[in-house]
Amino acid sequence: MDTSVSTGTEGSVWGGGNQPLGASYGKLMMWFFIVSDALTFSGFLAAYGFSRFKFIETWPIADEVFTHVPFLHDGVDRPMYYVAFMTFILIMSSVTMVLAVDAGHNMKKSKVVLYMFLTIIGGAIFVGSQAWEWATFIKGDYGALETKGGRILQFVDASADNKRVAIGEFATTIASERVNHERQNGIWFYDGEALPSHSLVEVVAGFQATPNLLIRTEQINAEGEKTILNRAESLERIKGAVRVVEGANLIRNEYGSRLFADFFFFITGFHGFHVFSGVMINIIIFFNVLLGTYEKRGHYEMVEKVGLYWHFVDLVWVFVFTFFYLV
Amino acid sequence: MSATANAHAEDHAHDHEHHHKETFITKYIFSQDHKMIAKQYLITGLIMGFVGIAMSLLFRMQLAWPGREFPIFEAVLGKWAPGGVMDADIYLALVTIHGTIMVFFVLTAGLSGTFSNLLIPLQIGARDMASGFLNMVSYWLFFLSSVIMVISLFVEAGPAAAGWTIYPPLSALPMAQPGSGMGMTLWLVSMTIFIASSLLGSLNYIVTVINLRTKGMSMTRLPLTIWAFFVTAIIGVISFPVLLSAGLLLLMDRSFGTSFFLSDIFIQGEVLHYQGGSPVLYEHLFWFLGHPEVYIVLLPALGITSEVMSTNARKPIFGYRAMVASIIAIAFLSTIVWGHHMFISGMNPFLGSVFTFTTLLIAIPSAVKAFNYITTLWKGNLQLNPAMLFSIGLVSTFITGGLTGIILGDSTLDINVHDTYFVVAHFHLVMGISALYGLFAGVYHWFPKMFEGKMMNKNLGYVHFWVTAICAYGVFFPMHFVGMAGVPRRYYENTAFPMFDQLTDVQIVMTVFALIAGAAQLVFVYNFISSIFYGKKGPQNPWGSNTLEWTAPQKHIHGNWEGEIPHVYRWAYDYSKTYENGEYIIEGQDFVPQNTPIQPDEEELNH
Repeated sequence: MDTSVSTGTEGSVWGGGNQPLGASYGKLMMWFFIVSDALTFSGFLAAYGFSRFKFIETWPIADEVFTHVPFLHDGVDRPMYYVAFMTFILIMSSVTMVLAVDAGHNMKKSKVVLYMFLTIIGGAIFVGSQAWEWATFIKGDYGALETKGGRILQFVDASADNKRVAIGEFATTIASERVNHERQNGIWFYDGEALPSHSLVEVVAGFQATPNLLIRTEQINAEGEKTILNRAESLERIKGAVRVVEGANLIRNEYGSRLFADFFFFITGFHGFHVFSGVMINIIIFFNVLLGTYEKRGHYEMVEKVGLYWHFVDLVWVFVFTFFYLV
Repeated sequence: MSATANAHAEDHAHDHEHHHKETFITKYIFSQDHKMIAKQYLITGLIMGFVGIAMSLLFRMQLAWPGREFPIFEAVLGKWAPGGVMDADIYLALVTIHGTIMVFFVLTAGLSGTFSNLLIPLQIGARDMASGFLNMVSYWLFFLSSVIMVISLFVEAGPAAAGWTIYPPLSALPMAQPGSGMGMTLWLVSMTIFIASSLLGSLNYIVTVINLRTKGMSMTRLPLTIWAFFVTAIIGVISFPVLLSAGLLLLMDRSFGTSFFLSDIFIQGEVLHYQGGSPVLYEHLFWFLGHPEVYIVLLPALGITSEVMSTNARKPIFGYRAMVASIIAIAFLSTIVWGHHMFISGMNPFLGSVFTFTTLLIAIPSAVKAFNYITTLWKGNLQLNPAMLFSIGLVSTFITGGLTGIILGDSTLDINVHDTYFVVAHFHLVMGISALYGLFAGVYHWFPKMFEGKMMNKNLGYVHFWVTAICAYGVFFPMHFVGMAGVPRRYYENTAFPMFDQLTDVQIVMTVFALIAGAAQLVFVYNFISSIFYGKKGPQNPWGSNTLEWTAPQKHIHGNWEGEIPHVYRWAYDYSKTYENGEYIIEGQDFVPQNTPIQPDEEELNH
């Protein structure tokens, strides 16, 4: 080290009186906000990893959960097709955002308008798709039974290559006293769980009457597939069932571990909220661009700042997508 | 705009000091001026501190005289103290809210909020914070969260009572105990707003330090206060969001039936549906904030001490770069030690040993700081004014509290005293009392800066310091032994355990000291308020200090300096500096302010 070290750094980058990182305070604030928000998401993802690892042997397999595509009801499984599409749209909206920022640097108002508009559309498609994804997840697929210990029992058809069977396909119809209360039958309404489309008794009776049905448990076997019990074990296991579960919510989940649904709703919801806020902010900025606010100001830095946020939201999705859907 | 105004437009852009007509509301309430916001933070923090300390006195009385009737209990606690006997539920609530208020509202917002706001722009030579508006929003969010926290004291079933760490399931099940209901919800809402406030504040501090330093104010010329506030803000930005994660997940568990932190629970004979979650997960998330939070509380106090001590020892701070490096090292290590709060949570002993290792590493930078303070004092021309006394007091409590930290950081030793009063004594000395001393040192030292040159009464300051210092040790020193005897913390009374009977007298001693210490704070309150109105006006630079804030006029103006912002030519600690012939650099003055250029024959110190 030079012996005449001096703290005199006048004129040097960190010597004061300038912006050492070459960025305005607003942009720096956005960066540090992103750091902070990233840690919030890290907290969630770490919690997710912690919980998933705890139940690594019974965790639902995402490929079997997210198999639907809108408008296609032919019963063919299309694992991850739609979420891949959503991801693609979101990443493309980041690309258009980059183009908007670039057009801003070149002070090309009309191009900024166009690319901001495309970004907003991309974000809106993503949020809409997520809403659809949620609705599908909530509605459920095949239905399942839940045991006293909270485990999920699903059904497969041994005669059709262990294909999944919906409870509606085999449940027998048995008249029961309790029927779903409907609005036209009076206004007196008391708290109670909604009835499933088929009662427990109906499903169990139907199962016992259909010899080619087997139970699929949550347990993952050595091949990485869910364990399927043989007929005798299945008949034994179904005795422990206490309720019918259709779809998923924050409390029950027909796909398996309820933490899977809890984290799915929470993390994608929190991310979706960020995307939604991003779209709203983008719309505000879009109108400011239209009104020429930034043209008058002489720079489009505001577009750049919301761009940073938008890319961040995008990046978070890449992680959510990776940890929820891919691995 | 008229044509003449247009002609001046360029000048205005050059120095954006438009003089707005300030109304009462824009000047005192929704002010965007950092000096006013600092005062708002300080006064809100002190009021919250009054509430927090008063609570501790109440439960200390219960601990010393368990089950005794005190009219004051009934007067203050009402239905929670029927016949003047404190109820167990309210005891837990008092302990919880005392912890929450002192850690977050007094020592985070009240300390770092006040002095970061006051000193960052003034000491780095900036007209104001980077964003005055966000700074204002930050304060008002803090105010709102304070109001909600205070409101939670008045809900029917009582405030949150799950301890300041609000571990589930007590905090997650509204029916778990009285304080788990509305009180807990308000606690969570208040803290969420507090986190938002802290984030906005921290973003401002960081960005202001990076971008708005005046010419010549390189990072190695920053006063150590600024370094401390800067690094504090960074760990705030990194750790508070994780508390937000934990809080949001907890809120979901409470209100929407998710199972993140809950599993297999029977309550009042009923099986709850929660399945699969883990309260240990909450502990991890909480303590990832919780430990850095300790340093968020302490680092500003250490920064203030560095500045006050160097000024009043009339000596350069010893080991400036080592101090900066220690601050950074402490901040970094603080994020990888959270497991030492969880040694008895069922943690794998190997993991425990890893956390023991990282925890003990913190002893290195902490010791560097402690020794540097002592060597700064060594052979100094000590000016023992109240601020200096509190700074020296901080070094004392930092060392005594830090030494027990070595015991608690070691998993094999910690297990024996985990959750006893030993822990309570440790953290009260090392972060509670130390940070409070830092706060007091800051208030005595910068009071003239906050209140336009008025000084606090020195003699009342001495009374305040000596009574506080003696009583603080009077409370917390015996507490170590109570803890080593095995008395668990957070218990309403220990009369059911005959083995603790012989400790009752010690409890009384501690409580008497606490009551006296509480009374001593009234001296401070009186001194503070009367000095605001009737304080003697001192000189512009009352302590003979080098930093830039004393070059600003006493009268508060928006923009801090009239005319040009001073440029900086040297570091902040050229005290008692001489030429080779032994003459002071500036004749007859033992300090050289930072805005004094290096003199022709002067050698710049290599610090």
